[in-house]
Amino acid sequence: MTTTILILLPVVGAVGLWLVPWASARAAGGFAVLVALGELALWVGTALNFDFAGGRLQHDAEAVWFADLDVAYKVGLYDFSLWLVGLTAVVTVAAVGYGFWTGRERSAVYLSLLLFLEGATVGVFTAQDLLLFYLFFEAMLIPLYVLIGVWGGPGRLGATFKFIAYTMAGSLLMLVAVIAFGLEADTFDMTEMGTSSSTWIFLGFAAAFAVKAPIWPFHGWLPDAYREAPPEVAAVLSGVISKAAAYGFLRIALPSFPEPVADWRVPVLVLASIGLVYGSLLAFRAPDVRGIVAYSSLAQMNLIVIGLFALNDSGLNGALLQMVNHGLISAALFLLAGAIERRCATGRLDRLGGMARGRPVLATMLIATGVIALAVPGSSAFAAEFLVLNGIFDVGWGWAVVGAIAIVLAAMYMLRLISAVLHEDVGPAVPEAALDLRPAEVGVVAPLVLVLLVLSFWPAAVTDHVFGGEPAAAVEARFER
Amino acid sequence: MTEFTNPAIDWAALAPELILLGGASVVVVLSLFLPLRVRRGFCAVVAMLCFAAAGAAAVALFVTDETGRAVVADAIRRDRLAELGQILVAGAGLLTVGVSFREPERDERAGEWYGLLLTAAAGMAFFVAANNLMTLFLGLEWFSICLYVLTAISVERLPALEAGLKYLIVGSFGSAILLFGSAFVYGATGAIGFEDIAQGAGDAERLFLVIGLAMILVGLAFKVSAAPFHMWTPDVYQGAPTPITGFMAAATKVAALVLTLRLLVTAFPGEEELWTIALAVIACVSLAWGNLAALVQTDVKRMLAYSSVSHAGFLLIPVAVGTELGGRALLYYLIAYAAMSVGSFAVVAIRERELLQPVTVGNLAGFGWERPFLGGAMAVFMFGFIGLPPAGLFLGKFYAFAAAVERGWAWLAVVGVVATVISIHYYLGVVRAMFMQPPELRTAPAGGSPPRDAPLQATVVAALVVTVGSLVAADPLVDIARDAVEFLRFPVS
Repeated sequence: MTTTILILLPVVGAVGLWLVPWASARAAGGFAVLVALGELALWVGTALNFDFAGGRLQHDAEAVWFADLDVAYKVGLYDFSLWLVGLTAVVTVAAVGYGFWTGRERSAVYLSLLLFLEGATVGVFTAQDLLLFYLFFEAMLIPLYVLIGVWGGPGRLGATFKFIAYTMAGSLLMLVAVIAFGLEADTFDMTEMGTSSSTWIFLGFAAAFAVKAPIWPFHGWLPDAYREAPPEVAAVLSGVISKAAAYGFLRIALPSFPEPVADWRVPVLVLASIGLVYGSLLAFRAPDVRGIVAYSSLAQMNLIVIGLFALNDSGLNGALLQMVNHGLISAALFLLAGAIERRCATGRLDRLGGMARGRPVLATMLIATGVIALAVPGSSAFAAEFLVLNGIFDVGWGWAVVGAIAIVLAAMYMLRLISAVLHEDVGPAVPEAALDLRPAEVGVVAPLVLVLLVLSFWPAAVTDHVFGGEPAAAVEARFER
Repeated sequence: MTEFTNPAIDWAALAPELILLGGASVVVVLSLFLPLRVRRGFCAVVAMLCFAAAGAAAVALFVTDETGRAVVADAIRRDRLAELGQILVAGAGLLTVGVSFREPERDERAGEWYGLLLTAAAGMAFFVAANNLMTLFLGLEWFSICLYVLTAISVERLPALEAGLKYLIVGSFGSAILLFGSAFVYGATGAIGFEDIAQGAGDAERLFLVIGLAMILVGLAFKVSAAPFHMWTPDVYQGAPTPITGFMAAATKVAALVLTLRLLVTAFPGEEELWTIALAVIACVSLAWGNLAALVQTDVKRMLAYSSVSHAGFLLIPVAVGTELGGRALLYYLIAYAAMSVGSFAVVAIRERELLQPVTVGNLAGFGWERPFLGGAMAVFMFGFIGLPPAGLFLGKFYAFAAAVERGWAWLAVVGVVATVISIHYYLGVVRAMFMQPPELRTAPAGGSPPRDAPLQATVVAALVVTVGSLVAADPLVDIARDAVEFLRFPVS
């Protein structure tokens, strides 16, 4: 029941925003923020009462939906889904708050789409029926399409088309895989489906997740979508939506297809390693703030995939922790990028610079996030990347070398971002009067940074409370307990 | 010489047709005497009541007829497949009345408009129940001729006349092929009843039987508007009055596909290995042709016409597999598809009345923000045609592809997937035009703010309810579909 409420609360809030004739944009925005906070509070309540021992499916609910092919409405929470739902709730609060504060045109519709997106994403992380998972996976596309297409930057039409064409091409292949897998197993219930040795079905799923994550070379949609989207939408897209793909690998592809995974592990690792280095290099060469964050996001997602395909305790734990970390980091960075663009009307690094002088809060936030993102020892990202590298080292030391190189590159692009925006000479696009972060912006970004700091002090908060303590065994046992 | 005896007539089985025909007579005759100002309202109300009554009669029959049987000298079937088809046709007709009400058509023609609409629906209701080649042809011509006239009813408009003529010629050509094929089948088997054909097929001259089957398939493909027999579709959909186009897109497809399923499964189970492949090929051609041609259309009605060709492809996939799962998938798909077709053409109709010119993708600009409800509904229909939630076609496509995969024809599902990816471009083109164009590209409505159009709005609400409801309440609808096809003996299990 709790899970159903977690899915429905934002959706109902979205419908309310749409239908109620709000007296002012302020009232509508306040309502949206309340709904997002309510979702977060509900998640905190669920997490406090969650039984982390044993890693069972909890708070599950089931109802008949489409009995003909044994398709049901079945939802529930595993411990690792719980963390991703929490990430969704936190990032959505920030995004909705930021959207409210910046006052978009037609803000009630705008915020309702953000809430609808939250509902669909929570659905992806909690669905325990394959077709239901697919439904939510597709349902995420519609609000994203409209959010970027209506409120995005000047190149939004091309960006949205590319985004949706790439994603749908991948996810429709997944539809065929879903059907084939479901008919083979004679049920669509993910907890009862057993495993399959079909390479084609595995590749169908892998295609969808590889595009959504994205893994190199399926990232063609990414730079445009991240650049043209409004900052808070880019924050959700890179922070949360990309995790749906990693979750798909973790929940479906790895446990259900042991033999194809063994066969395809090296090709996937090769692609992800290329993506990691390539994304890092592009981030280092990107001419604008968003470009750096976008390509670093590409690199980080590939690192997460490497951790997942290490298929051992360390790698899986690290991948999950990095999913949470990167969600918070990239959300914070995109919101900060939005704040910078609002002040300077551009994100181009050659026109920015020297913003730290007289703007201590902006500088503190950007440096704190950037330093955590470059995995400085002691940060939560360091913990996660260490676990990932440790895990992949057991598979082969070569992979770990690639990962280590990428971490050096991460330091290079993040420091470049920090110095090009905050230090150096004052750029031509930076007006003297550009204000420091306003209290509302601090209120939106600071919680993200705060959560990152907490995780830096206590990464075990996540790693000790996931997979029932034994990730590889959990994947092998297909989460059945 | 055998003595002719009058067959026992099962009046109850004919009730939907009789109600619709009776309504048509009332409308045509009384509208001659009524003053002009009440004529349109009167005709619309009578038509609406008749469609509702016919639908109710079909529902009553559906509930009572647990096992099907042949009636009226075995000429028609009284079974749930026919009755479900009649319910859908009556529902499409009911919605069409709502769309038609404020159509800028001269009041003098109200009698003909609604009379022909009712008669066409009666013909379709008869057609879906056909149980031999004679009634099949009779029903086909019955509704086709009504639609030829309805297409050209605005005789002042040259495109309408052209469309009517084209429809008449190409449609008659299709009918002639079907009739010729029927003659071959009769010649080969000596029977016209569907089940008799199946029994006689064993000793039949194989060559004639196969030629006959092929020609019948071609004739039906014309009505389904499957490629390459779709040449009339774009011109007719574009030229016909928009409410009628919506009715054709929904009801004709329902009638033709239900009958195709019945005919192939009952009359030609032994030729299964031929028609399954043939239909699969036609489905692939329709998917390819319809989608590629739709990509380059600027006129929205024409684009939707090609989309209808491509959906003929999707709908033929479950028929082609020849399994019971396919039968259920077809009927479920048709329920959602019919509602979405009428709904999307209703939105096109209201934009047409605002602008007083044909609706193109370009002049839809800004429509979504000017009329948020209609724009939102249109967006749901467009996302739905792609197969995205929250429309029932999400499950419809899943179901159709599942039928293909179950038979071992995963390649057919993959063709459907590729077609779907192509279709994203033109369906989203409509959404993009409605919501994402800058204000300077918007077209101002002609003649000030448009009048309120409550009947049309109600129609769109109803279509939207069915579209979304079919996703949420899928299970009851699947049960209905199962009831409708479970008595058929599908050749592939």
